[in-house]
Amino acid sequence: MLYREAGQFKTTYAADQQLFPIRQDRIGMAILLAVVFVGVPVAAATPALAGMIDFNYWFSGVLIPFLIFSLAALGLNILTGYAGQLSLGSAAFMAVGAFAAYNFELRVPGMPMLASFILAGVVAALIGIVFGLPSLRIKGFYLAVATLAAQFFVVWALTKFGWLSNYSSSGVITAQKLVVFGYAVDTPVKRYLLVLAIVSVMALAAKNMVRSSIGRAWMAVRDMDVAAEVVGIPMVKTKLLAFAISSFYCGVAGALYAFAYLGTVEPAGFELELSFRILFMIIIGGVGSILGSFLGAGFIVLLPIFMDLSAASIERSFGLALPAGLVSNLTLILFGALIVFFLVVEPLGLARLWQIAKEKLRLWPFPH
Amino acid sequence: MTAGRKIGRPILEIDGVSLAFGGVVALQGVSFDVREHEIRAIIGPNGAGKSSMLNVINGVYHPQQGTVAFKGRRRRNVDPHEAAQQGIARTFQNIALFRGMTVLDNIMTGRNLKMKSNFLQQAVYWGAAKREELEHRAKVEAVIDFLEIQHIRKTPVGRLPYGLQKRVELARALAAEPELLLLDEPMAGMNLEEKQDMSRFVLDVNDQMGTSIVLIEHDMSVVMDLSDRVVVLDYGRKIADGTPDEVRNNRGVIDAYLGVAH
Ligand SMILES: Nc1ncnc2c1ncn2[C@@H]1O[C@H](COP(=O)(O)OP(=O)(O)OP(=O)(O)O)[C@@H](O)[C@H]1O
Ligand SMILES: [Mg+2]
Repeated sequence: MLYREAGQFKTTYAADQQLFPIRQDRIGMAILLAVVFVGVPVAAATPALAGMIDFNYWFSGVLIPFLIFSLAALGLNILTGYAGQLSLGSAAFMAVGAFAAYNFELRVPGMPMLASFILAGVVAALIGIVFGLPSLRIKGFYLAVATLAAQFFVVWALTKFGWLSNYSSSGVITAQKLVVFGYAVDTPVKRYLLVLAIVSVMALAAKNMVRSSIGRAWMAVRDMDVAAEVVGIPMVKTKLLAFAISSFYCGVAGALYAFAYLGTVEPAGFELELSFRILFMIIIGGVGSILGSFLGAGFIVLLPIFMDLSAASIERSFGLALPAGLVSNLTLILFGALIVFFLVVEPLGLARLWQIAKEKLRLWPFPH
Repeated sequence: MTAGRKIGRPILEIDGVSLAFGGVVALQGVSFDVREHEIRAIIGPNGAGKSSMLNVINGVYHPQQGTVAFKGRRRRNVDPHEAAQQGIARTFQNIALFRGMTVLDNIMTGRNLKMKSNFLQQAVYWGAAKREELEHRAKVEAVIDFLEIQHIRKTPVGRLPYGLQKRVELARALAAEPELLLLDEPMAGMNLEEKQDMSRFVLDVNDQMGTSIVLIEHDMSVVMDLSDRVVVLDYGRKIADGTPDEVRNNRGVIDAYLGVAH
């Protein structure tokens, strides 16, 4: 089937403003959703396949972290990619989400888990607003440095105030059992489906926001703040809302990180290094792109796995043992090179490359 | 040419406005008014303070002295956001479009002020938020048709040639349905044909929507054709004020333009 929009005339603005105005994109999305929500779990339940593929590893070690990082990257992309406010505090807001959800579950009897996640996002949003206040005065590099304050302060506070981790040593918390609507989410495939559902809904919400007036306000502030004010976009509200919503996304991602991925987390697990990793995801995936958040997260989660597999197969076929640490160092070097490549050559990342490919395909085979 | 319009009472009154940047005096005791439905030109040599005057009117700059009254409300300091709310829209001398956004999205920002749904409704994109988006899209499409830019709707503005960018900027301002429109050299850098198009648009806006317009322009023939009255600034002072004919024959104006020593 050709990727064309020829013959698909839109007769109403409603048709033109759909989520996916091109029919092939709609079909592609429907297939993707069917595969990830139905196809993958069914495959995992098929004994013949389960014998060949270690599904538990793929769910717990690849797909779940991929989805959670996509959500965090989406959060950062709202703030940095859409609203143009550089932040190095993503990991801090994840930490807030993780610890807030833990405390809601711990201290409020009968608290539904999803409510804890939402409230964890709200707490992260409030803290995001506080650390967003400097953005009303400063931008760019200086703002990034100011968000570092959030990063250090949160990790410090979580270690310092024992109450937040129920007085465990060095702030380690063990997330409560995942139960949703009275239903125990206790296997990798169930956790995968829960995370997938939450991430899908939040990605849709993000897509809707960026195609509405709030999204245009963010991009206007990003592209030219003086002109944004002149057309009547309220600067304070627009920027702080970007911080709040971005932190909400990171907060929920942090709660899922603790409850559906690691199970046990400590403040030191949310260091600056994690914030940088999320920043690299949006640089590689695409700054200012919903799709890019997923591509970047996928890339960063999958690359080390791919490198390990390649190394293993090289070792096997040549019968040699690569020095320990070589592969992980090579992976780091590759990351560095890719980040520089994308910053210099294609600042809009993988999402832009995908878009260019689609534009080419639309013209193919007649490139005029 | 614009005989059908009825010029009304003053909608904007500038009274004794002075503005300095450190030691640089941009405006000195400038007073003039703009009437309803009028096209009012501001002319003057480079650095005369024309753009600064527009910046004072919509609150980008705050004057040290003097007041600005819009629709009878007198104030010294207004912020640009308030000015937009009161019905003032503008374009800039150096195009100030949102470069990463499409033409359509740029123009839609002109209607942000009128959109009332909150971010939660927009996240769900159902009911009120969707209806509102479509209503405003229809208004924006009317502006797009009016300025004849249908073919570039979905183009990112950064990819457009200069002349079209100027037109998109005008579209964004018009989308706000302003009562007062400030145009800072809307025809600068355009070829003859583009200038004629732009002149026609300015006249049509004024004629069909009754918008009052303040226009900064260097091309004298354009000024003479379009404007009802002209203010002349030189070194931050007003040196003449009147109909195009009066101003053209004014001794001081001729001297300022020919560069007679002060
Ligand atoms: N933001 C600013 N900071 C410092 N000086 C400024 C600023 N804006 C304007 N000026 C100065 O004020 C004076 C008037 O500038 P303005 O831009 O208003 O002139 P203009 O009449 O629009 O000139 P042009 O025809 O070149 O656009 C100039 O001397 C300019 O250097
Ligand atoms: Mg100027």
